[in-house]
Amino acid sequence: MTASLAALAPTGGAKTRINDFSIQVATVNGSGSQTANSVLLRAIFQMGVLVSGKNLFPSNIAGLPTWFTIRASAKGYVARKASNEILILMNPETAKEDIANADAKALVIYDEPLQLDKLRDDLTFIPVPFQKLVTASCPEPKLHKLVKNMIYVGVASRLLGVDMEEVKKAIAKQLKSKAKAVEINQNAAIAGYDWAMENLPDQDHVKVVRDNKTQGLIIVDGNEACALGALFAGVTVVGWYPITPASSLVETFIEYAEEYRKDPKTGKSTVAIVQMEDELASAGVVLSAGWAGARAMTSTSGPGISLMSEFIGMGYYVEAPGVFFNVARTGPSTGLPTRTQQADVELCAKCSHGDTQHINLYPGTMEECFQFAYDAFDLAERFQTPIFVVTDLDLGMQNWSSKPFDYPAKPYDRGKVLNQQQLAQVQDWGRYKDVDDDGICYRSLPGTPGGKGAYFTRGSGHNAYAQYSEKPEDYVATVDRLKKKFETAKSHVPGPVFRNLGSAKGVLAFGSSDPAVIEAQDLLAQSGLKTDYLRLRALPFTAEIDAFVMEKKVVYLVEQNRDGQMANLFRETYPEHATKFKSVLHYDGYAIDAKCIVDQITAFEQK
Amino acid sequence: MTLTTTATPSAPTNKLGFTKQDYVGSKSTLCAGCGHDSITAQIINAAFESNIEGYRVAKYSGIGCSSKTPAYFLNQGWGFNSVHGRMPSIATGASLANRNLINIGVSGDGDSMSIGMGQFVHAVRRNIPMIYIIEDNGVYGLTKGQFSATADQGSHLKNGAVNDLPPIDPCTLAIELGCGFVARCFSGNPKQLNTILKAAFAYKGTVVLDIISPCVTFNNHDASTRSYKHVKDHDFPLHDLGFIQYSEVEDVEIPAGQTEVVTFPDGSKVAIKAIHEDYDPTDRFGAMKAIHESMAKGEFLTGLLYINPTHPPLPEVLNLVDEPLASLGESQLKPSAAVLDEIMQSLM
Repeated sequence: MTASLAALAPTGGAKTRINDFSIQVATVNGSGSQTANSVLLRAIFQMGVLVSGKNLFPSNIAGLPTWFTIRASAKGYVARKASNEILILMNPETAKEDIANADAKALVIYDEPLQLDKLRDDLTFIPVPFQKLVTASCPEPKLHKLVKNMIYVGVASRLLGVDMEEVKKAIAKQLKSKAKAVEINQNAAIAGYDWAMENLPDQDHVKVVRDNKTQGLIIVDGNEACALGALFAGVTVVGWYPITPASSLVETFIEYAEEYRKDPKTGKSTVAIVQMEDELASAGVVLSAGWAGARAMTSTSGPGISLMSEFIGMGYYVEAPGVFFNVARTGPSTGLPTRTQQADVELCAKCSHGDTQHINLYPGTMEECFQFAYDAFDLAERFQTPIFVVTDLDLGMQNWSSKPFDYPAKPYDRGKVLNQQQLAQVQDWGRYKDVDDDGICYRSLPGTPGGKGAYFTRGSGHNAYAQYSEKPEDYVATVDRLKKKFETAKSHVPGPVFRNLGSAKGVLAFGSSDPAVIEAQDLLAQSGLKTDYLRLRALPFTAEIDAFVMEKKVVYLVEQNRDGQMANLFRETYPEHATKFKSVLHYDGYAIDAKCIVDQITAFEQK
Repeated sequence: MTLTTTATPSAPTNKLGFTKQDYVGSKSTLCAGCGHDSITAQIINAAFESNIEGYRVAKYSGIGCSSKTPAYFLNQGWGFNSVHGRMPSIATGASLANRNLINIGVSGDGDSMSIGMGQFVHAVRRNIPMIYIIEDNGVYGLTKGQFSATADQGSHLKNGAVNDLPPIDPCTLAIELGCGFVARCFSGNPKQLNTILKAAFAYKGTVVLDIISPCVTFNNHDASTRSYKHVKDHDFPLHDLGFIQYSEVEDVEIPAGQTEVVTFPDGSKVAIKAIHEDYDPTDRFGAMKAIHESMAKGEFLTGLLYINPTHPPLPEVLNLVDEPLASLGESQLKPSAAVLDEIMQSLM
């Protein structure tokens, strides 16, 4: 045993971190580490411990450094944690830097030839002969590179006390029915486990202890949850263009559609999925399919929304339905394509030239990704307009544990569509007549027989009868009615979620910031600052949000962008309360963590 | 837009019992004498003669003079005047949503060959079920006369600017992309245009129809060699409904294999050649050769240039259900609770 390993000696349990730690794994992109990391995460999950995983990957297919963090939390905190108790260093390129950035007292599992143990004396180094172990456990040299990572799963499992049976189950689950791959990977994990058994002392610094917090839970990412929402919402036309981090939303949908949207006898499909030439064309397909009566969607990220802006403005003005998923990434321009941000808030709120206001949904949990994706199709058809479902890379591509999704029993709302019989009864048909005084007009679908109901849709000025018009009164009537329609939406979009500890001080956040805000709220309360937390879930702002803004003395607005974009929307909507909003920001591309929120709010409080 | 039929009792009807007036649209707001209006008239004629059910027609366009024209025909159908150069994606989405629609897209040389080139190319590649009409005048009319990408090399604008760049030819491009129905017409040859449009209505996939259509305003800078401008009184009374149909270019009928030199209002002469009777429109390479040879001689070869009757359109390629997707209801689309449960189990 080396001097360093001696630090692993049991402390008697007084300081043991049970089910409360963060592991960071540094590997090379494309080396199969994603599988290994998912297995480790799932094995801990199967031990009944709540975990979350975050893949910090490069914009690259193979060769560049990638990091994966796994956080276990007995208290159920699943946000990224700024500090890590365990490091697993497999990448020679980044190892020295990883050591330099390591938190004091961290356990460092590393590839023996990297010789990292002299770099710092406040860490516990665990050198592992990965090459030797993989050579012994895997007979096929060409697989060594891919299987090597599974060895650290075994080593870490032994070190933490994760049951090897759970690791084996997780491998089988991860690799599904590929029997040979399952066997090879299980052998590698066992080799790591056995090596650790023989060579490492028992330790009680960081432990996984079997719990029951994950009973009945699922592990899913937001893109899959949104894809499932769209599946159950009955989407019939999908026009899309690949872009990180949004591609897997449609790709997962394609897999499910293959299974659940094809007639088993004829093989014919009830959904048209077309990979378009660009995002512009995708937006055109979505809005025209919606115009023609289909439930249509696309999935994209910021650069795609920029391209779609012209069409989205048209969709707003001609009143064509469509669902636009924006899995946001770091901008502007190409930005950091594989990192997360909430910096498309203002873009999606007002996408297009001219005066526009869009309904936006901000899911903050996996269940909401599913439910809001489902609801978005109802809202699109009810309001005959583009609907944004705004998530981000953190929600969309990372692993989250969640309660299983409830079946969406609510019947579809197909909105105000007149069929042949209804049209026959209408005396004075006008596509844009506000008959119900709610800003939402009745539409007809192309191809409706009977000789009534046809109209001419145009992105240029039009009157209530869909006729071309440049008259000032017609233009004003149209855009004012669109504003009224947006007002009507206030009673249809999901309201906020509260977590009130009883305070005149408010915290307001949305989307993927939720776990970090909950944790920060608890940490602040522990140090004597109670807050009331409102999680915003949609635009337009509903009456509950009006009330929250009125009653709070200060509102800490937490968001993941540089400019406080949501705060800008609040200041614009509530100008008389503009000074109440204090921005708490995080925008480096990594998911937000509780500490940065606590630090910024504490600093404001001390002013 | 609430145009009512005022057919005289003697007005002839087609097999569906409609008169020609049932196929008209609103009054054209294009310049008097615009070739586009002649095309609109032939769309009306061909739809009437082909017994097209107006309610099944969806008309799409982008931006430009040509893109205004869907408002001028087939008021029984639905129209969608969208954004510049993006008509093809609008036609794509709607035609997928409802495979029973009869889709007519009207675009121009600017709308399709410049800003909309990407969408044109991909719509043709996907074989969207639509008649894709390019009303081709070589200029941007609505922005007052800039060159388009189909303008001939060496042609000049009103202000004297010369076009130094070679034109893009929509027809050879469409054939290259695998289009199954490619034709070129001249707006001043109504008989040929009418015949081709009727054939186009019968075709299942993308029809690319490049129609040479002179711009009377922005190519009208020289003393016109053809000074007469008369209202042609055609055999259907459309002008009773406010539709004025006349052309600055006298109608021609070019016998097969013959070339006619047509003088446009600006004085420029364009040679229009009708394809030979023995021309084989199913020979793709032969079509390319004939068009290139004709272009080399400074002629526009007109007629049905290429046809592949068996090219499957996108809804067939995607193997969609027969019923329009837009008509599918919740019972056909929403998987059961048992399915969700099965999926949730797989994620545990």
